[in-house]
Parts: sequence; structure tokens; C-alpha cells
Amino acid sequence: MIGASRQEGMMQRLLVGRMFQGRLVPDSMRTEAGGRIDRARDLRFRFDGVDYLGCEGDTLASALLANGIHLVGRSFKYHRPRGILSAGAEEPNALVTLRRDGGRTTPNLRATQIELYEGLEATSQNRWPSLSTDFGALASLAAPLLPAGFFYKTMLGPRGWKLWHRLFEPLLRRGAGLGHAPTQPDPDRYARYHDHCDVLIVGAGPAGLAAALAAGREGQRVILCDEQAEPGGTLLTEIRALVDGIPAREFLARSLAELSAMPNVRVMPRTTAFGLYPHNHAGLAERVTDHLAAPGQDLPRERLWQIRAARVVLATGAIERPLLFPNNDRPGVMLAGAARDYLLRYGVKVGNHVVIATACDSAYLTALDLAAAGVEVKVVLDLRSSAEGPLPEAVRKAGIPILTGGRVLGTHLRRLRLDSVLLGRADGRTRWFDCDALLVSNGHTPTAHLAAHARAPMHWNDTWGAFLPGSIEGVASIGACAGATTLAEALAQGAALFAAVPPPVEAELPIAPAPGTLQGAETGCVFVDLQNDVTAQDIRMAVGEGFRSVEHVKRYTAGGLGTDQGKTGNMALFALTAAASGLAPAQVGTTTFRPPYTPVTFGTLAGPARGDLFDPVRTTPLHDKAVAEAAVFEDVGPWKRARYFPRKGETMHEAVAREVAATRATAGMFDASTLGKIEVMGPDAAEFLNRLYVNALTGLKPGSCRYAVMLSEAGFVMDDGIVARLAENHFHVTTTTGGAARVLHHMEDYRQTEWPDLRVWLTSTTEHWAVIALQGPKAREILIPLCEADISALPHMAVRDLTIAGAPARLMRVSFTGELGFEVNVPARHAPPLWDALRARLAAIGGTLYGTEAMHVMRAEKGYIIIGQETDGTVTPGDLGLPEGRAKPDFVGKRSLTRPDMLLPDRRQLVGLLTENPAVMLEEGAQLVTEASPPPGTPALGHVTSAYHSPALGRSIALALLAGGRTRLGQRLFVAGPRGGIAVTVAPPVFLDPEGARLHG
Amino acid sequence: MRRFSLATLLREALRGHTGWAPQWRDATPKPAYDAIIVGAGGHGLATAYYLAAECGVRNVAVVEKGWLGGGNTARNTTIIRSNYLWEESEAIYEHSLKLWEDLSHALNYNTMYSPRGVMMLAHTVHDEQVLKRHIHANRLAGIDNEWLSPREAQEFCPILNTDPALRYPVLGAALQRRGGVARHDAVAWGYARAASALGVDIIQNCAVTGIRRGADGAVQGVETERGFIAAPQVGVVAAGHTSVLMAMAGVRMPLESFPLQALVSEPVKPVMPCVVMSNTIHAYISQSDKGELVIGAGTDVYTSYSQRGGLHIASDTLEAICELFPTVRRLRMLRSWGGIVDVTPDRSPIIGTTPVPGLFVNCGWGTGGFKATPGSGHVFAHTIAKGTPHPIAAPFALDRFRTGRLIDEAAAAAVAH
Ligand SMILES: Cc1cc2nc3c(=O)[nH]c(=O)nc-3n(C[C@H](O)[C@H](O)[C@H](O)COP(=O)(O)OP(=O)(O)OC[C@H]3O[C@@H](n4cnc5c(N)ncnc54)[C@H](O)[C@@H]3O)c2cc1C
Repeated sequence: MIGASRQEGMMQRLLVGRMFQGRLVPDSMRTEAGGRIDRARDLRFRFDGVDYLGCEGDTLASALLANGIHLVGRSFKYHRPRGILSAGAEEPNALVTLRRDGGRTTPNLRATQIELYEGLEATSQNRWPSLSTDFGALASLAAPLLPAGFFYKTMLGPRGWKLWHRLFEPLLRRGAGLGHAPTQPDPDRYARYHDHCDVLIVGAGPAGLAAALAAGREGQRVILCDEQAEPGGTLLTEIRALVDGIPAREFLARSLAELSAMPNVRVMPRTTAFGLYPHNHAGLAERVTDHLAAPGQDLPRERLWQIRAARVVLATGAIERPLLFPNNDRPGVMLAGAARDYLLRYGVKVGNHVVIATACDSAYLTALDLAAAGVEVKVVLDLRSSAEGPLPEAVRKAGIPILTGGRVLGTHLRRLRLDSVLLGRADGRTRWFDCDALLVSNGHTPTAHLAAHARAPMHWNDTWGAFLPGSIEGVASIGACAGATTLAEALAQGAALFAAVPPPVEAELPIAPAPGTLQGAETGCVFVDLQNDVTAQDIRMAVGEGFRSVEHVKRYTAGGLGTDQGKTGNMALFALTAAASGLAPAQVGTTTFRPPYTPVTFGTLAGPARGDLFDPVRTTPLHDKAVAEAAVFEDVGPWKRARYFPRKGETMHEAVAREVAATRATAGMFDASTLGKIEVMGPDAAEFLNRLYVNALTGLKPGSCRYAVMLSEAGFVMDDGIVARLAENHFHVTTTTGGAARVLHHMEDYRQTEWPDLRVWLTSTTEHWAVIALQGPKAREILIPLCEADISALPHMAVRDLTIAGAPARLMRVSFTGELGFEVNVPARHAPPLWDALRARLAAIGGTLYGTEAMHVMRAEKGYIIIGQETDGTVTPGDLGLPEGRAKPDFVGKRSLTRPDMLLPDRRQLVGLLTENPAVMLEEGAQLVTEASPPPGTPALGHVTSAYHSPALGRSIALALLAGGRTRLGQRLFVAGPRGGIAVTVAPPVFLDPEGARLHG
Repeated sequence: MRRFSLATLLREALRGHTGWAPQWRDATPKPAYDAIIVGAGGHGLATAYYLAAECGVRNVAVVEKGWLGGGNTARNTTIIRSNYLWEESEAIYEHSLKLWEDLSHALNYNTMYSPRGVMMLAHTVHDEQVLKRHIHANRLAGIDNEWLSPREAQEFCPILNTDPALRYPVLGAALQRRGGVARHDAVAWGYARAASALGVDIIQNCAVTGIRRGADGAVQGVETERGFIAAPQVGVVAAGHTSVLMAMAGVRMPLESFPLQALVSEPVKPVMPCVVMSNTIHAYISQSDKGELVIGAGTDVYTSYSQRGGLHIASDTLEAICELFPTVRRLRMLRSWGGIVDVTPDRSPIIGTTPVPGLFVNCGWGTGGFKATPGSGHVFAHTIAKGTPHPIAAPFALDRFRTGRLIDEAAAAAVAH
């Protein structure tokens, strides 16, 4: 079966190859058989403008290697040519830009994690003009001048010339950065999910699978995620061992089938657990469509899963470390384990003639498997003094020479690809070996990132030459990431978590962990962090310069700060830091592991919150009415509020003047539904409110309202509103639009923490009540015929529940305009018909609709404050000329009001301002001074808080906070402006009807 | 101190960079000093530097529980500006900004101060009022801050989305051209190197565990993990842990400590030429010289000393960033982290004397103290040396919470950084 499809594939390949006449290079490094790719499905792709063929199931990296390509990128600083180092998330070198239509182009993706699809187009980065001819590589020539942190020591230029900012920084910035950011908006969609489970298992290798099977069989709700397209981890390349009596890969398939049949288990491939946050809150990023050639419109590109798990099991494996030796960064140098992955998973030979250099047993498996696939393994160089045990024995038996106690002394490059390596023997003799790949291993580092996010302690382990995570409550680490060395051990640890019996393992070739070595790091060009071009010498230099903490070394050299976050290089960085400072690695410790484990798309984190959903608009039940009346809206917090209702051709100024004039002459109607409303009930409701507001509220009679001001603990005005007492134990309290949530929180805070003894309950009713304000001399006339009770004698500041136009209503006689006025509260669904009824009567009488702008003007004419405009968190009620609650024994903020500074006579107080030229409008925020053109540094006396044209006065008016304002009435001052001062006279803040005759009319 | 220059770099290059000396001495504690600074963050190191450089107090130790510059100094988004609202704030931040302008030369260390302009966006009528109030106040104080129309804002930052149909459209912006960013680590290291050269002992890995007071109540020194160190004057500059330290001396501080998070993208070629801040939709962004987009998030809602916060805080911020800059949506978050910020009731710092004779405190910089590092260190050094507050520091005295003379930047603008 496999043979047949292989043949078909070959035929097709030949056909296409002919069609493209040499431009299409056949994947010459592909093995005859094997691997987990679908050889029948050829995929055409393009890298740096050249077309190639790969197979379904390839990654971009495996497909490039199948075509004999190792050179894929340039390094960050010196622009050195770089090849594919690894086969997974740890890849530091192979970063490419994936080109897709329009805004779908994405930079900095790892070729080792990009799944191949038909038509894929990728380009290399950070090179100009091309990957093979890169002028940036000239930086290599200057390398001696560019050691770690060179820019801290120079690039300043003469004092005062600002050369850093003007010259050097722009230069550096142009050189830095890997790929280019997209230039068009991202057309893709992202989804966001929240979920919870009993057990979240990260990593579907043997340990994770065993845990999932055990937990799943127990009936626990399990989520098992793995960042790779195919779950299985190291089982995918386990070709020798038998598990439960069957080949390991069959065991894998059987286990996955069993798991997928369990309703309580969800297996999530292509899903990276990128962060573990407080209280077992895990962030998972699921890639949904990136691997598809033509993603359907119905699918999001990625999904963010935020999972709360009772138990988190980390089975994240281990990452192989490269060796340190001169020029260890050349294309063709690859991790030994990766070479084996490419062979066994993708059917790709990474070279025809390879040398293996290792300080760890696992590379012997690579030697065996490559040799079996027909690759010439010239020599296995073991940096350790001896190579014993079943694996080296098997290698020797296969006829591959082993050199123990040797060193890699150098590499040679030809046409930007490794072509030979210089090996040194224990006895000091050296020899060049021709080869097209050098496969290295320096031991493995357990992948402890997520455990570290959760603040698990890290313990140094001599056998691994690495830190192993300790356990913490609710988070367990199992398998290689916890120091398990064999398949059997990994399975056992997974099963043991749920007290299950692990499947037996036979015929495993065990690999002992190895501590790795720093040998080879002594000389110059030895790269520790490949992406950021950090060399061993940089680290020694940093330590020599006094950077002793690994955090310092990291920051000074940029080691571990690349997009791979040092997954392959960090252990060497720590060890070299330790060695250079004469300390043990355990004393030096690690740098902090910071989420995410691998980079997460901004869009995934932002999720669906974009455009209209960014912050859903809040509209009132009367919004459609305002739209129908052609209102212009403004954003107030999340609300849309009608700002004014222009008639054809009217400017805002004209519309507002008309709305104000009509309201004051006859009547105006206004949608006040955005006001916050809180229902306060209970035997202690009056006492509760009395403690929270400056104003006396215990004596308020049922059926009455009072304007009330709320202070912060510091004594500053925080909010204001109407407190209406409906019954002995029942209040209706309003807040400002923006303050609704804040005030309720403030109330709840006191209720729950300070006065838990008070019997009082709070309910937000903002959404329940729609509010129509009816203001003006004819407001009563409009309302009366619709009311099913007599309101003609309802006094100012009274409240009644009654039926209006058939709707159950709560009517308040209150005014924010200075006119006789009402606010009609009705349940939201009754608002539109009531609005229509009132609207008809309003029109008949010559009244108007008005918006927030006219409301602002009218309240300013009356000197009424707006929270956030006349107040800014520094204003006391006394400053505003409001009651200060002197007679009340206590209320929140009272004590603060008696602090010395609160009693000073020169506090900024609310006043009115009249410009000398009545046509001149002041600008809000402008500063008050005594001179027309004050010198810079002149302290301000205050500032303009509100400024409008007043239709009632036929001139401009303004409110201001002014130092000692009430003693300055009549004084002439200036409002500073860019073109000189504007002369003003200080006036009382009430411009219209100070006696309130209109209000009580 | 050996001067850094292109010439020294050349000379060292010829020797294979083996001749560099430590940039600062890793000191072991002496039994006694004239003054001890607790906390080797930027502020503490700057304080020690100015004590030695300007106040003639050189027998100084900076005692640090971890590694120098490893607190918020190493974790912030480095926004520098001085266009604050109140005169007291304008004075200290502008004092600081002036010091920034010459800092690299003064320290002979490239702090990479980059005045690329800080632009604050207005999205609502209220935002516009608030930002214009700042502009008016700043003009009077002689501090640059100008209003940009949406078009001008977009010209200044081409990838900014100024589509009027946005949920919160850009109605304009306030721009301080002298504002910008600097390299946080270099600031700590530059001060450490210069202070150490003047004789200051920087003692790392030495947590202060107690503050010893004599029978007269005055400070006698600090207990540390490495024993008692005596000094008649102790300045506590420990950011998020200040309240813990001050409690050791019996002083209760009006501080709350919250995690504040930041994140960076993978590096890309230059796209973001300036700093953009949007307070209304909570987003702060710039691009580092390395190419990473540096993004600041808001504080977590709950107080905590753990240097990490919730995932939703980062995602909230990215929602806003992607709205404002829709072309960055496919970029990827590379790293995120948190620091513990010390927040006062009025969101302004506390600098000065305390009820305990000899004990001084400099804290409460909350989410925005990096920009103040030079100025804060400078006025605090003078305050410690003279025993009375420097005039610029005086308004920020601890007792303002008793007198009520608060300097509330947050309430007026709620601009955090
Ligand atoms: C995510 C984030 C973003 C920010 N963005 C900005 C910005 O854009 N612009 C801006 O101006 N500001 C910003 N800030 C605020 C700024 O970082 C801080 O205000 C400033 O760095 C504080 O400096 P510091 O020296 O006082 O504190 P730190 O650097 O935190 O130094 C305090 C030191 O005290 C040490 N210490 C604590 N306890 C002890 C003890 N018991 N013994 C000895 N030593 C102790 C700590 O280890 C630490 O090193 C941000 C902060 C954060 C966290």
C-alpha cells in the first residue's frame, strides 16, 4: 500500500519536475520509505522565490531539508548564515516570513513549526539583498568592536550634539529587528473560550498520554494538549520498544483512539499551553487554520483557551542542547535528536555524509538510525572519556567508528554550507572530516517553563546538568521534564499520578541523562545564543565587567532574549556564567522563565474584541428614537448619548442655542436614561446612606428627594445624584453616568467590610429604568393629561409612583436646567411609547428635544456642577459652595475635611467668569493668572472648568476653580492663552435666576 | 573609573576584550556608613550617586536584596515625559527631564535616552478637555506640550488608526516632543558604575530584615541577611516593598502594592517611531531599539507582592493595541512580566523625612516613576544630606496625607505612566 502511493508520488514529482524544467528541485534527500508524511500528496511551495516540492505532513523545515537546503536565515547582529538547528519550538535560527494574501503575511515564524501546505510561500529575513549575498554580514568584520553591550560605552558624540538620538539610534534601529511587520490589517478572526476541567495535561508524549489514559479511565474531565500537529511526542520516533506488547507507535495510535472515544477527555493538538497563571489558570493557544492552504471563512485562525484546572500535569519533555565549539553556528550543524526526528517523522536525511559529536548517549540512536537509512556516519565523536553501554556497543557493531575524549575544533564553510569539521582526538592529534552535516548533542534540558510560571522551585540536578522543577500544590511535573530518563519511567510517572498500573515496556534501548560539557567554549567564535549572536566570550566579558547575576548577564549580553527565549542556549549561558564567576551552577540559578512558552499572536490574545465588539456600545431604550430624530451622538464611557439634534444645515452651536431657548421658553425633553440608579432597601437603608453622603438623609421624608454629594475618604467630591425616599426602608439613588459602577462598588465595599451590621441591600437598576427628563415652564402642562394621578401640586424635590400613559412610573420633580422640571422613570420597555406620547404633546406646544450639550449649557447658566468637569478629585464640597455636613456627626470623608489644608482660605473655589469681550469664548482647561502675559513658570490661580455661549445671557460664560475665588468676586484677571491673556471678571457661579423662581414655578 | 569611549573600545578590541574592569565593585558590607540607601533600583542608585557626586557624602552603602536594578527599574516600559498637570509634579518631572537630557554624558554611560516624542490620544470629549487642560498648564510652566489634530497625530505615527468610525475614534492628541524612552538597565548600571567609582558600596544579595532604632527613637542602622550595618541616616527606596520595610521602623505608609504588567512582541523592523499612550482604552506602546514593540498594561485589581499578574490584563491591553494599530494584530507576544508598584492615595510619590529621626523615604512612584529616576535621586540626595526636604521634594512630604495637601495627578487625568 505504502509502496504504491510512493510510486504514484514519484511519478507525479517527475511530471511536475519536468514541467518546471529544473526550476523545481526534486526532494532529493527524501528516503525511500518511512516517516509519517503522506508521500502520495505532493505539495508545491516556494522559498525565497524558488519552487520546491514537499509532502503532506512536512514542516517547512523538513521540506527544505528534503530538498537539501540548510541555509535559511541570517543572525540578528552579525548576519552570519544560519541553518536549521532543531525540529521544534526551540529553533533559534530558521525564522522566516510567511507570505499570504494581503494582511496575512506574518514575520518571524519558525520553519520547524510551519506545517507545509500547497502553495506556501516563505522568504528569509534580515538580509539584503539576498540570503546568499547579505551586505549586513559586513557587521562580522566589525565584530571585534561590537562585543556585548558595546553601545553602552560609546555612540554618544560630543555633549549637546544629541548624536545618539539623531544618528546612532536610527542606524541601530534600522539594522535591528528580524522581519517586517505586516502593512495591512489582519483579515483573520480569532476566538476566545473559557473552560475548566479536573486535569489539564500539557504534552501528549508518553508521560502525558499515560496520565490522560489513567485519569480518563477514572472518569475525570481531562484536557490533553500538545503544541504539535501530531500528538505522541517521543513515541513518534520510538521504533524499537514494545509497549503493552505492541510496537510503541501502535500503542500511541491505540491510546489516542481510546482517548478520543472517552466523552470526558478532549485531546487538543496544535495547542500550546503558553502560560500558567495564578490559581491554575492556564492560557492555551490553538492554531486552527494556519496549516490549511485555503482556510474556510467559517473558522477562526486561532483560539485562545483560558482554562481553570483543578490539577495541572506538565509532561512537556526535554530540549536537546547544542555543543560549544568554534564556529558552531554554521548551516549544517544540527541537533542530533532533530536529525533523527527528520528521518523518522519526515523521511528526510539531513545529510549524506555526517559526523556526530556528542556528550550524551542519545546521539548514538541518531547514528544507528541514520546508518540504517543509508547515511554514511563517518564518526561519532564522544566528548566524554569513555563510551560504554548498549548504545555505543550497537554503534560499534554497526561499524561506525567512535572517538572518545575528543573535541570539535572547528568547522569549514563552503557555499554557505558546512563542508568539513576539524576533530581533535584525546591524544592531541587533529583531523578534518568532510561531511555535509554535523549532528551534535550536549545533553537535554527539562522543559520546566510552565512549572516556573507557577513558581515551582527549581532544583539543580548534576546528572542532567540542568534544573528540575519541584512540585507545588495543584501542579505536577512528569516524564522527561521531571527527570524521567526512560520510556518506562515516563509511562509509570503518568500512571502513578492516578494510581494506575503503567503498561509494560520491552526492548527499550535506555538512554542515560548526561550533564553536558562546556568544553570547546574557551575560544572566540563560540555561539551560546544563536539568534542574538551571543558568544562565550561575551559572557566571560560580562562577568569580568561585574555582571555576576545571570539576570545581569542575560540583560547585558541579550543571551536568552531572542524569540526562542534561549531554549537551546540558556543552560550554557548559566553554566558559563557560573564557571566565569567560580561558582557552582546551583548557586547561579536560572533567569526567570517568562510567559509565553512560545510567542502568541496578539490577535489570539485580543480575541473577538475588535471593531464593534471592542467595547460593546451601551445604548438607552430610547436610542432608536434619538437616531430617528437625527441626533449627533457622543461617547460617554461606553454609552452613546445624543449630544444635539441639528435641523438641516444647523451647526452644533446653532442647534444648541435653539434647544436651550426653546426649553427655557416652553419645554424640552431629554433622555437621561444613562444615569446610574441604585435601589437601596432595608431597615438600615437611611442610616447607610446617611453615612455615605455629605447631606443629612435620615430625616428625609418618604415621597421626597434630596440632592446629595458623595465624598472619597480623602474628603473630595466623588459623585453626586438624587436620593429619593420612596418608603421608610426604600430609596432610589441616582449617580452620574460615568460613576454608576464606581459608586455601587464603593457602597458595597462599605456595606460588606465596614458596616456588615447594617441591614441594607443594594441593587443596580440602571438598566431597568429609562428616564425621560421634561424641563421648562410648560413641562407640567405636557405631563398632566398623561398622569393617572394629580400632580399639579407636586412640589419641587418630590417623588411619586404612579401610572403615566399606562406605564408604571416613578416621577420625580427635579431639575438640572433651572426650570420647572420632571424626571419620569419607567421600566425600559415602556419608554418608547411614553416618549412618543410626550413627543407629540411637546411638538404641539412648541417644545424641543435637547441633548447633552444643551443640558451642559443650561446647568452651567445655573452654576450646577458636573462631576469630572468642575471636580477633578481635588475639590471639596466647600470649594463648590455646597453644604459640608458640619452638623452631621460623621460620614465618609468628614474627618478629612477638617485637615489643615482643607480649611485654607486660598483653596480653589467655584466661581463664574465673564470675559470683557462678551463674544470671546474661553477654552476649557485654560489657566487663570493675574497678568496678561505671565513669564514661564508663573503659578496658576486656577483654571476654566466649563465654558459656553449662554443663550439666556446672550454672551459667553464660564465656570472656574479659582484660588480664594469667593473673595475675588469682581476682580479682573487673565486667562492665559497661546496668543496672550484674555481679560475676565470674576463673578458668582450662578448666572441665571439665582433665587430659583423658575425652578419652583 | 576608566572612561568609556570609542578609543577604549578600540584598544580593548585589540586585546580581545580581556582587559575590561568590573563596572562597579561588588562590595561586602562595612560595619558602618554615613548613610545607607535601602534598595538598589534606579532611584536608590541615583540617590547614592548624587550624595557622593554633589553632596560630599561618599561613605554610603546601597543595600539590595537581589541584584541591582532588578526591581521595577528592570521591568518598566521606560516612558519619559514631564507634561504633568500640577505645578509640584511639573517641577519634579521637568527637573528630571532636564537631567535625562545630559545623563549619558554625566555618567559616561549611554543610557540611550531617546526623545522621540510621547503622544497621548484623546478619544472622547472629556479626554480632549483633560489633555487640553494639561497643555494649558504646561505652557504656563514653560513645558512643551502641543495639541495635534487626528491627521497630525497620524502623520506623527503613521500606523495609528484614525478612522472616525473606530469605536473610540482618535479626536486628537497631546504631544510632548521632548518625551521619549531610555534603556532602563543602562540607567541602573550607569548610576551604579559612577556611584561605585565615587566610593559608594553597592551590596547585592543582602536583604534588609530590620531597621534598628535607638532609645531616642532615631535610626541606628539596618539589620540585614549579612548582619547589622550602622548608619545615622537611612533612606528607604524600595518601591513595591517600601511599606514592608517602613513597618520595620514602626512607620505605617499610605501605600498599596499591585502587580503591573508589561509585554513585548517579537522584534520587527521599525514601525513605531514614537511613544503612544491611550489612557481611555488603556494602551501604551513604543518600539525598542532591538525592534520589539514594548507594551504596558494596567495594574491588576488585587494587591499582591508576587511579580506576576493575570492573563486577562495582557489580553485587555492587546485588544486596545490592535484596535489602534490594526497592522500589528499578527505580531506575537514574546515575553510578558510584572513588577510590584507602590501606589499612594493621590498617585504622587512620597519623598522626604519621616516621623523617625534619621529615616528618610522615597516611594509611591507607582506606575510612572522611571521617568523621575534622575530627578528623584537628585532631590532625595539633597534631602538626606541636609536633613530637610529639597524645595522640589517638599510638596511630596509624607505628612501631606495628614494636612490634606494632596497632589492628585490621577484624579485629574488618570494618566498612569
Ligand atoms: C510593568 C511596569 C511598567 C512601567 N512603566 C513605566 C513607564 O513607562 N514610565 C515610568 O516612568 N515608569 C514606569 N513604571 C514605574 C517604574 O518602573 C518605577 O516607578 C520605578 O522604576 C521605581 O524605581 P525604584 O528604583 O524606586 O524601584 P525598584 O527598581 O523596584 O527598586 C527597589 C529595590 O528595592 C529592593 N528591595 C526591596 N525590599 C528590600 C529589602 N528588604 N532589602 C533590600 N532591598 C530591598 C528591590 O529588590 C529593588 O531592587 C513601570 C513599572 C512597571 C512594573
